[in-house]
Amino acid sequence: MNESEKLSSDLHDIKQMMERSSRFISLSGLSGISAGVCALIGATVSADIIERNKRAVHNLKASLADADSILYGDFLHSRLFQVAMLTFIAALVTAFIFTYQRSKKTNTPIWGTTAKRLIINVTVPVITGGIFLLALINNGVFGFIAPGCLIFYGLGMLNASKYTLPETRYLAFGEILLGLINLCFMGYGLYFWAAGFGLLHIIYGTFMWWKYERN
Amino acid sequence: MKNPIENLNKIFDSRIRLGIMSALMVNASINFNDLKQLINVTDGNLASHIKALEESGYIKVQKGFIGRKTNTLYSATKSGEKAFRAHLDALEKMIKNIE
Repeated sequence: MNESEKLSSDLHDIKQMMERSSRFISLSGLSGISAGVCALIGATVSADIIERNKRAVHNLKASLADADSILYGDFLHSRLFQVAMLTFIAALVTAFIFTYQRSKKTNTPIWGTTAKRLIINVTVPVITGGIFLLALINNGVFGFIAPGCLIFYGLGMLNASKYTLPETRYLAFGEILLGLINLCFMGYGLYFWAAGFGLLHIIYGTFMWWKYERN
Repeated sequence: MKNPIENLNKIFDSRIRLGIMSALMVNASINFNDLKQLINVTDGNLASHIKALEESGYIKVQKGFIGRKTNTLYSATKSGEKAFRAHLDALEKMIKNIE
């Protein structure tokens, strides 16, 4: 190795160490794709449930006028909520599996300071959003669920982008933007939700896989 | 002729020390085990390089406990950060000269 190569590799090592020690870099593109696929399945199942219970949903909407006829518990225990929870868990588990595999492959520990930092920074905005949305549901404001999910998730991602692969930032902007646009198109929440959590995740995941993991 | 190597810091003339300093530049503090995992070296090897950096005043050591286990935190000192930046500048200049 000549001198310039040695110096370059020194600089490369330094840069890599700074990345590795401050960011969680095992996040796999496949995790994005799998989460997106789960979201699309979840959205399709939900659309089907809504279609089949149109009358019931219509009644649900109609009764928004006298809010006390809808009980918080009714919604919590409804099929839609179960589907939502199942989708969330499936997305989380499959995303974890692919990221775990990647951490094995790149020989970086999955649990460490960087993972902890990432999780704290993503959960604070997302849990806050979750509680806020539950409060809205409690008050019968269902229209804000989809845009709320998109916006708070986007903010969580934006916060997380400082502690993981920087490209997550663009995913975050996409989610926030979709959420804000959704505010102008009330009633189409499920479509926006599917676009944000399904399509955007799949596009992002494919791009990341192509960029970092192809070989 | 001016020797281009003179600006390079002798203390950083080791992969492991470069690794330690790089990690400490971007983190407020790191404990021994995380450093070990990051740099992928044995306990003894890491400890001896840490000692060298500590003796030159580039890093500081903070001993603490988590429960009963010792948890030793390392962080870069002001002079350590300055020296490391100077070393990086020197590396960069040398590469430019060679090219």
